Amino acid sequence: MRKVAIIGVGSTEIRSTTPDVSYKEMMFEAATKAYEEAGIDPRKDVDSFITSAEDYWEGYSIFDEFVPDQLGAVLKPVFTVSADGLFGIINAYMQIRTGLIDIAVVEAHSKASDMLTFEGIVAFALDPIYNRPLGGHPFYIAGLEMMRYLCETDTTLEECAMVVVKNKKNALDNPYAAFGAKITVEDVLNSEPMFHPLKRLEISPLADGAIVMVLAAEEVAKRLTDTPIWVKGVGWCSDTPQLESRDWGRAIYAEISAKMAYKMAKITQPQKEIDLVEIDDKFSYKELQHMEALGLCERGEAGILLREGATQRDGDLPVNPSGGSLGCGNLLEADGLKKAMELVLQLRGEAGKRQVPDAKTGVAQVWRGIPTATGAVVILSREY
Amino acid sequence: MLIKKRVAVVGAGMTLFRRRMLETGREMCWEAAKMALDSAGLTLKDIDCVVLGTAPDAFDGQHMKGEYLLDGAGAWRKPYVRVYVGGGTGVFVPIAGWWHVASGLFDTCLVIGEEKMSPCHPHPQYAFSTIWDPILTRPLEPNLIWIFALEMHRYMHKYGIKKEDIALVAVKNKRNALDHPCAQIPAKITVEDVLNSEVLVWPVQRLDISPVSDGAAAVVLCSEDVAKKVTDSPVWIDGVGWCLDSTYWTNRELAYPKYVEYAARMAYKMAGIHNPPKEIDVAEVYDPFDYKELHHMEGLQLARKGEAPKLTKEGVTQRDGDLPINPSGGLLGVGNPIGAAGMMKVCEIFWQLRGEAGKRQVPDARTGLAQAWGDLMQVGTVIIMRS
Amino acid sequence: MGRSNASRNSNNYEIIKEGEKVSEKIKEYPGHALKAEDFKEGKVLTTKWRPNAKYAWSAGIAVSRFLKELKNGKIIARKCNKCGRIMVPPRMFCEWCFKPTDEWVYVKDTGRIVTYSISYISAERGRLEKPMVVAVIAIDGASENMGILHKVEGVDIEEAKAGKLFGMRVKAVWKPPEEREGAITDIMYFKPLEGEG
Repeated sequence: MRKVAIIGVGSTEIRSTTPDVSYKEMMFEAATKAYEEAGIDPRKDVDSFITSAEDYWEGYSIFDEFVPDQLGAVLKPVFTVSADGLFGIINAYMQIRTGLIDIAVVEAHSKASDMLTFEGIVAFALDPIYNRPLGGHPFYIAGLEMMRYLCETDTTLEECAMVVVKNKKNALDNPYAAFGAKITVEDVLNSEPMFHPLKRLEISPLADGAIVMVLAAEEVAKRLTDTPIWVKGVGWCSDTPQLESRDWGRAIYAEISAKMAYKMAKITQPQKEIDLVEIDDKFSYKELQHMEALGLCERGEAGILLREGATQRDGDLPVNPSGGSLGCGNLLEADGLKKAMELVLQLRGEAGKRQVPDAKTGVAQVWRGIPTATGAVVILSREY
Repeated sequence: MLIKKRVAVVGAGMTLFRRRMLETGREMCWEAAKMALDSAGLTLKDIDCVVLGTAPDAFDGQHMKGEYLLDGAGAWRKPYVRVYVGGGTGVFVPIAGWWHVASGLFDTCLVIGEEKMSPCHPHPQYAFSTIWDPILTRPLEPNLIWIFALEMHRYMHKYGIKKEDIALVAVKNKRNALDHPCAQIPAKITVEDVLNSEVLVWPVQRLDISPVSDGAAAVVLCSEDVAKKVTDSPVWIDGVGWCLDSTYWTNRELAYPKYVEYAARMAYKMAGIHNPPKEIDVAEVYDPFDYKELHHMEGLQLARKGEAPKLTKEGVTQRDGDLPINPSGGLLGVGNPIGAAGMMKVCEIFWQLRGEAGKRQVPDARTGLAQAWGDLMQVGTVIIMRS
Repeated sequence: MGRSNASRNSNNYEIIKEGEKVSEKIKEYPGHALKAEDFKEGKVLTTKWRPNAKYAWSAGIAVSRFLKELKNGKIIARKCNKCGRIMVPPRMFCEWCFKPTDEWVYVKDTGRIVTYSISYISAERGRLEKPMVVAVIAIDGASENMGILHKVEGVDIEEAKAGKLFGMRVKAVWKPPEEREGAITDIMYFKPLEGEG
């Protein structure tokens, strides 16, 4: 079976706003860095380019039209996957495994600061007949889910707040983070109530950034780099988009994606075999819910693990050493790619102050945000 | 690297294509998917993964349209992804389905193309205004047809092609569509009818273009082992290709679609085809405008540059000609729901290669090609199938 | 999975026999077409929504400078020293060489028509009172075929229909300086350059 590895990563700064540059210029910067690291010339060496984007985040229809030039992809195979960057990695992985493609490039970015009416755009994703007419900022859906999760698992509000404290602290050591801070649980619980029981500090703020990643088939990867990071397993799943028929307490899309990825990576005991995890924390409680869905602990125990310090950077199972979205910023469709990027840096031993000692295998997991129940999992390892 | 896993199309289905359908986007996906599954004798339980193709969210009036449609597409709690290359999506989505199976990860894949253009008010045309660069192009308030008329006019000027020659394509395709059960605007028209029709943006007249449509189409893909269990006559996907040109279309030579050529070469290489006009028995070439069929024939290397009109005049591209093009009736006759139009072509090639195209049947069709186009005159997607 | 003629769990599927033409079994293709009148007459239940989707796109370095120069009545381009192309609209990266572009270069506000069309309809598909000519105009001073999209006025429509405008030399007609905003519309349109072939 043809193995696939990540051989290069490039990213712009992650900032809360980027008025001086266009998304094209940001993509060019990230792409240049990634190609430099991988040692490739996109005009000659790359067989496939994938962008992860949604029209309405950009404000343009058919966003792939505007992508090839700044990636070096003119007159080359390019397409858009209407999903998060991890889905881009997954499709690049499949493409390379067919044998048709040897080197694939995945790009994702967020230019959230260009959006003037974010909640209006999110509302535009709701069901037009059953949900949109109710009005209001759609993030009430996260509030509903959080209530149900807390109720079913006896997780406490303090534990959710602890996620925010941990992640923002982790982000202070991350040059690719926009919202690192030293705060306390009281700060979180006292922040402005937004979508009960969510408080303002429990919601990842939006940020801008562009990330590009280069993937290659085994023989090519070994030729181009000494530190290929192997894609050991992938999984993705969509639960129903209909709010009314969901299981509100569990992240089933994450459970199914994780099972699929673990099976492929031959991981039977995730808690033991995984060294670090970058999972989705667009809202504080999501980190705990996703930990349970990924089988990193029993249901209802995520809060306990957090209290015990197991998920700190120096703990048994570091969760979001990068700072997650709470600390770095919500990068919309680039969130997953950012998580994969963190894993790549960690597994290469290049994570500086954030380094998790002896990191061999990591899991990146992402959720596509309100109002979806779609997510993906990618397992990376420095060994095969 | 040799591609080891073969992938086959084993079932296909589509809805009617109409200007406005009662069915919602989800319902159309469901109808097409169900028909495709039924025709293969399979159920949703047999499907490992789902790929959906649908073009601008602006038509349906739904952000993250792919998420909204997924349960109609049978993707509940399955690995699901939506892919998107504008108008090229219809032929691109089975390519994405192809790599789901050819990678070895899955044995079966359900591939659906859908579009619901009718919700957009005041007119679906207006949603197209959002595909242009907002700073340099949109302030001029372009209409989609202006821009394609620029390409048509350049093609006509460079190769000395007259409107009468181009109109022959509209006549042929609308007539072919009379035999397609789902066709939206099949008709018996003449070249004169085309030349007398309302001028929209010179040189484009009303009968030169395909309509706005709602519709969906689907196919079921299987890996080789499974395909052989499911059916006696799988149709193999032997070649795939796709290519995107620069955004800066005002800097490009519009008379020739280089991106279609590159996509075609990628597919021909994979399929082992060296002489396309001889080795391709039937082709479904993207025809949202009549001149596009000619333009794309040349890009696909099925005709030399500037010579596609000659082939059309000589009747080579009729159903009983040497190289039948668009026996289905194409977008001009059957309709143009953007994300589903290319899928309609893929379904047509599937039925042609199985000998099941009824009155539209091209005799002895063994190797077929479907091609789609989209974006800012930018993307070519090509798929080659063999029985 | 069984052969195509195996029956399924559900009773709704007909057994497909070997060699049977499945598409010919389909009696009816699904779908119900509606007419515009059905909506006006209230025969169909509908819901309306106006999306609240507003954006302020960062023009970025290249386009910001381009717009600024338009306000000054000038067209500016970028040059890539590797391939030598002078590009308009300007961009900070050369998409052919895949490297940053190197210099700003002023180009002229005259050019040649590469292709054009004559619109009788508006963006919303209504009829225009007066037909409008739009064109891709290759700008003098930029590399070959470096065109921009703009309107053309002052041409004879019948000549235009007869294909006579290809290669025609045109010049930009600017808004008066106090009305310019730093937008592509600071050029109102291009008009034929008199006395030049």
